[in-house]
Amino acid sequence: MPAMNMIQALNSALDVMLQRDPDVLIFGEDVGYFGGVFRVTDGLQKRHGLKRCFDAPISEGGIIATAIGMGAYGLRPVPEIQFADYILPAFDQLVSEAARLRYRSAGEFWAPITVRSPYGGGIFGGQTHSQSPEAIFAHITGLKTVIPSNPYDAKGLLIASIEDDDPVVFLEPKRLYNGPFDGRHDQALKTWAGEPTADVPDGHYTVPLGKAAIVRAGIDVTVLAYGTMVHVAAAGIEASGVNAELIDLRSIVPLDIDTIVASVKKTGRCVILHEASRFGGFGGELSALVQERCFYYLKSPIERVAGWDTPYPHAFEWDYFPGPARLAKALDRCMEA
Amino acid sequence: MTNRISLALHIPEPPARPGDAPDFSHILVPPAGATRRPDMAADEADMRDLPFGLVRVLDETGRAVGPWNPRLAPETLRRGLRAMLLTRAFDERMFRSHRQGKTSFYMKSTGEEAISVAQSMMLGRDDMCFPTYRVIGWLMARGYPLIDLVNQIFSNEKDPLKGRQLPILFSARDYGFYSLSGNVGTRFGHAIGWAMASAYRGDDKIALAYIGEGTTAEGDFHEALTFASVYRAPAILCVTNNQWAISTYAGIAGGEATTFAAKAIAYGLPGLRVDGNDFLAVWAATEWAAERARSNRGATLIELFTYRAAGHSTSDDPTKYRPADEAAQWPLGDPVERLKQHLITLGEWDEDRHATLVEELEREVREAVKAGEAVGTLGKSKPSVAEMFEGVFKEPDWRVIEQRRELGI
Repeated sequence: MPAMNMIQALNSALDVMLQRDPDVLIFGEDVGYFGGVFRVTDGLQKRHGLKRCFDAPISEGGIIATAIGMGAYGLRPVPEIQFADYILPAFDQLVSEAARLRYRSAGEFWAPITVRSPYGGGIFGGQTHSQSPEAIFAHITGLKTVIPSNPYDAKGLLIASIEDDDPVVFLEPKRLYNGPFDGRHDQALKTWAGEPTADVPDGHYTVPLGKAAIVRAGIDVTVLAYGTMVHVAAAGIEASGVNAELIDLRSIVPLDIDTIVASVKKTGRCVILHEASRFGGFGGELSALVQERCFYYLKSPIERVAGWDTPYPHAFEWDYFPGPARLAKALDRCMEA
Repeated sequence: MTNRISLALHIPEPPARPGDAPDFSHILVPPAGATRRPDMAADEADMRDLPFGLVRVLDETGRAVGPWNPRLAPETLRRGLRAMLLTRAFDERMFRSHRQGKTSFYMKSTGEEAISVAQSMMLGRDDMCFPTYRVIGWLMARGYPLIDLVNQIFSNEKDPLKGRQLPILFSARDYGFYSLSGNVGTRFGHAIGWAMASAYRGDDKIALAYIGEGTTAEGDFHEALTFASVYRAPAILCVTNNQWAISTYAGIAGGEATTFAAKAIAYGLPGLRVDGNDFLAVWAATEWAAERARSNRGATLIELFTYRAAGHSTSDDPTKYRPADEAAQWPLGDPVERLKQHLITLGEWDEDRHATLVEELEREVREAVKAGEAVGTLGKSKPSVAEMFEGVFKEPDWRVIEQRRELGI
């Protein structure tokens, strides 16, 4: 199997789906001839033709509205929003239309669209190229929200999302595009080469939505993470020396509640890690679910490690970014409680 | 101090408010037949006068005149009249049902019936309309069962939308009627996506979308026009300019400065301004735009110039913000009366037949409402509560399954 970074894996997923299903098409800002600002659609227009992968006006609301109309017709569009920070003009379309169409029309219409968008920080992108808006999508009934953490999952989850008959917001942790990143920003950059998850099959396969992965088995504390934070969590666990169980959620809607509950009942402790700011973040929902279902198993308070409740800052990126040291402290607090 | 002129903020105001005499002196009505009809294949650049004209076919005496006359068979005209009258009878009856507490909400199309009826009849069964809440005539013209409308409006056990949607926000895929929603502009762009998908597959279906003049101020309108223009989408984009967005007159949406049809010019799309109370003019303009769309010439923007003769909804009292007799003074008249007069002028209709038809339609509506009432009105009957949990996703996830159990159903 070829080694692929996350960009190549996503490109391969799109390539496979364009090949397999004539109803799949891609459009978005700069995705056509140029191949996308992060190169995820590189070569697809040349290989599959102009109408399968083309440029769109700078109009996020228009892109998603158009995709929904195409989806209602019977196509499976995969629109790209260049940065998740720019998805908000399309928020009305996602909330009021994509998420509600099947329900309100009693199943007459639906929109099987997959909205790809790079998200998250760690690239010195400042406020407008770094945010993690996953919680606002998770709150919307009718939308699925998927976040891969490695090339193998990225390809399998993207194919599963495209084949899914419900609208999916597919958030790509851009800091992971070229290599795993564990938050230790002062260390040498790593690539995906040599990582087991970079062994990505060329052909079609899926990673099911709503099935978490236990990345590291452990007995003392459960760490819940997704996207870039899976790698940060692994580093934090290693630094703390705690025998933690690390769960990569892979999708937050649908959420693999069974895997989470089974793990916390076993460990009796839970730490939640995400990049997005803490207040109202998805960690709050996870914390509530764990409390509701595992209260009598808990040996310590549930901890949330997250971005601070400030806009995403530029010069203070590494002060803001919840790195492995902050996780390690939380793990220690759990174990001391 | 400088010598510069003090700046003055302009806030548009309608010419008449309650207590004033209606004033439509600002509306220029060219004679029927005066606006030219370019060849369907003409260049958009050669028709930029059309957004400032007014396509009219029916003259003051009820004759069809000029280049836009679609020369419809009398039988087609009678079918149109029937659907318009049915719409009006249904609106009147459902408005009363609301006042009797049988439903929570209703919106009438009064004064605008020619638009949806003519367009529904003109377009094909496989074409798709992306409606507003004031085009129920589309369904009336296609024989959608009245009982299904009544059941939806009563949100009763047989509501085809399973109690999930506000009254009149229908969905009727088999009748070419896309799912409605209360967000006014959000489906305008879906029509473009739908039309692009038809072109992508090499099919022959086209889309028709409606938006109110007030909603042209939303980004959705401009985004849709941009996409329509860029990808030459086979679509007909209609602005129903009924002069009023709830209590806000068209001037607040930009109608004071230019016409809504003229918005097309900046997008390189043909723009037609059409007498929306003239069944024949609406038909002819739609036919022209449909031919352009079907021959890969792309989208047309049509402003349908009309007047919202009733309130915005059952929650609205228009006498609070406009002269009570404004509708009666509307210079383009009443669409039902005008088509009726035309048929009489042709010798294809008379007052007796008209009265008989009205009576028949009122009976038809009464029977449908009675049948709906037998199933149940709002609060007296509803679909199984299990329906509340269905259709969130294609397959329910654990949240919905657990919550359904929690509710005990």
